[in-house]
Amino acid sequence: MCLAVPAKVKSIKRDRAVVDFGGVLKEISLGITSGVKKDDYVLIHAGFAIGKVKEAEARDTLRALEELKKVL
Amino acid sequence: MEEKITLAHGNGGRRMHELIEDLRIQFSNKILNELSDAAELSINKNRISFSTDSYVVKPLFFPGGDIGKLAICGTINDVSMKGARPLFISLAFIIEEGFSLTQFKKIVHSIKQEAKEAGVSVVTGDIKVVEKGAADGIFINTAGIGIINYATSIGGRVKPGDLIVINGTIAEHGMAILNAREKLGFKSNIKSDCRSLNLEVQRCLNVSNKISFMRDLTRGGLAGVLNEIAGGSNIGIEIYEKDIPVRPPVKKLCDILGFDPLYVANEGKFICFVDAKDARRIKKAMGKTSQIIGRVLPSHKKEVFLETKLGAKRLLAMLEEDQLPRIC
Amino acid sequence: MKASKIKLMEVCGTHTMAIARAGLKDVLPKSVELISGPGCPVCVTSQSDIDRALEIAGEKDVIMTTFGDMMRVPGTKTSFEGIRREGADVRVVYSSLEALNIARNNPSKRTVFMGIGFETTSPAIAETILEARRQKIKNFFVLSCFKLIFPALSSLARSKKIKIDGFICPGHVSVITGSRPYEKIARDFKTPCVITGFDEIDIIQGIRRLIKQIRENRYEAEIAYKRAVSPQGNKKARKILTLVFEVCDARWRGLGLLKGSGLKLRPKFEEFCAQREFKVKLPKPVKVKGCLCGEVLQGIKTPRDCKLFKNKCTPQNPIGPCMVSSEGTCAAYYKYRNRG
Repeated sequence: MCLAVPAKVKSIKRDRAVVDFGGVLKEISLGITSGVKKDDYVLIHAGFAIGKVKEAEARDTLRALEELKKVL
Repeated sequence: MEEKITLAHGNGGRRMHELIEDLRIQFSNKILNELSDAAELSINKNRISFSTDSYVVKPLFFPGGDIGKLAICGTINDVSMKGARPLFISLAFIIEEGFSLTQFKKIVHSIKQEAKEAGVSVVTGDIKVVEKGAADGIFINTAGIGIINYATSIGGRVKPGDLIVINGTIAEHGMAILNAREKLGFKSNIKSDCRSLNLEVQRCLNVSNKISFMRDLTRGGLAGVLNEIAGGSNIGIEIYEKDIPVRPPVKKLCDILGFDPLYVANEGKFICFVDAKDARRIKKAMGKTSQIIGRVLPSHKKEVFLETKLGAKRLLAMLEEDQLPRIC
Repeated sequence: MKASKIKLMEVCGTHTMAIARAGLKDVLPKSVELISGPGCPVCVTSQSDIDRALEIAGEKDVIMTTFGDMMRVPGTKTSFEGIRREGADVRVVYSSLEALNIARNNPSKRTVFMGIGFETTSPAIAETILEARRQKIKNFFVLSCFKLIFPALSSLARSKKIKIDGFICPGHVSVITGSRPYEKIARDFKTPCVITGFDEIDIIQGIRRLIKQIRENRYEAEIAYKRAVSPQGNKKARKILTLVFEVCDARWRGLGLLKGSGLKLRPKFEEFCAQREFKVKLPKPVKVKGCLCGEVLQGIKTPRDCKLFKNKCTPQNPIGPCMVSSEGTCAAYYKYRNRG
């Protein structure tokens, strides 16, 4: 339903910010999210930051599958 | 309603292939029926690779190249994939009245430079100027001729067990062009991978006589080209997601816009089908960024599969429609 | 252990796509069945909304803008791509702010933005309308086809046609809404809800939490996507949303008319309302015979049950919306078939 990708805030000018998706920069709007600061991670959807996000920790997919099988 | 030509008739996907098939039937002959990007001709016992292509890229200048460079690389690469050494190029312009002379000169300069680097000569050409509105800026058509050397040429046919080697990271040309053309406003170091592959191809031919097939990965991307090969050579193919090289910013831009890099165009990438024995050797000849990405299956003719990072196997279908930036 | 399969519905189309792309169904235990739900905004947009957008785009001096997702969706007679071939000015934008820029740069034309999506997208469009007012742009209009996810979830949870054991809830909608609204659904319908992210591992963990709840007979709203979702959600986004839009009834493809499930512009923003600006006549809707998109969207049928699937209905010649949208269930089934 909604693609949103995390990015790091590089600079802020009023309600616009330049964010870094990891080698890809874009100016986006901070208009609908409050309290965003430089170096925060935000989720970007259709040119807007929709919320702050913490960096994803490294996780092991296969182990997650094993854990899933355990609860069955 | 009268059926019309749509962009899907030229995007490397299924509709384009249907149109090509209609044309093939009309002109049917042994050489054409191979439906390869270059025709292999035999003239007085000389084997010749011959190809033509038209260039209509927008924007004309993009990160990593311009329409001129592309017009040389594209044709050189098509000629080279037959295992040939490209020698001669023809060059024809269709220019819209009012086109900037400065830009024209810039394009000609890149053509000159690229031809020099690749070691090919532009030997004939043509210029047509059309009324304003009858073309969009400038279009270029080139044709190329190369010699296939008996001592080093592509031997045999694609067979089960052959491995597939790629010379580097995918989806760069398509994403660089998209961002520039649609003015999406993403800043990155993503550049078109546009370059001539003839020297790399020669290196491969020098180290192995067990190469069964080579193709450059242009329209339709890796997935599109593999489907063409699977269909054309009546084989099954399997590739491994974890081994397919994509540069992180390219992958990111694909994620942001909802694109699948497997379907995005390249202009400086090719794949080699080679006997498993020689795969390492070819990988080395192709250079540091190369990767063994898959193999030819003994079954599942005309189908291409992707083994995902989770180990699941799914069909990798041919591109149906051009990808568009999406939010879902 | 129960012998019957555990039926989990991924509400969000982006989940459907991620699951298909990763081949997740192949590696999940056979006792878990994933059913696709109604969370693809393209798929649930009604035929009449699409027809209205097409008619507006066909008006003189109109620039129609929309997300790439909508370009190929067939209305009764044609699609955006179809009318663009005939000369209409239809442009794909990545953000509604680009549409606003187009309006500003083309003052002699009327620029319309066709807005589709759920709570993730609608606050951004609300903010774009506020921006249009701040910049005093008078030639920008929004065709609101936005939907709210909770009425649809309740309708599915209530449904007698299908028994869903748990909802894999949409992570990005929940960034805005928070987890609270799911609590009522989980409790009232005794159906666990787990808010899930979009990486493969996120989805696996979401499924694990749902199964755990089912095994322990709990019916709770849980967040398995804590790095992005909080219980209270994004209050500022919701405030902007309710400042500009008000709730209205809306017609969903597949689910029909759902009370309080759509959004329309509030009267004080009606100068931006495309429906008010353009009085267009809609073609008589034609119901496609044999198309099961309605049932597919409710998880009652799978694409394989549909006689048109892969046969008459392909991504090249889509008949139903679930095939058109790249995240539609039928498109996902078509594109990511398993090895036979």
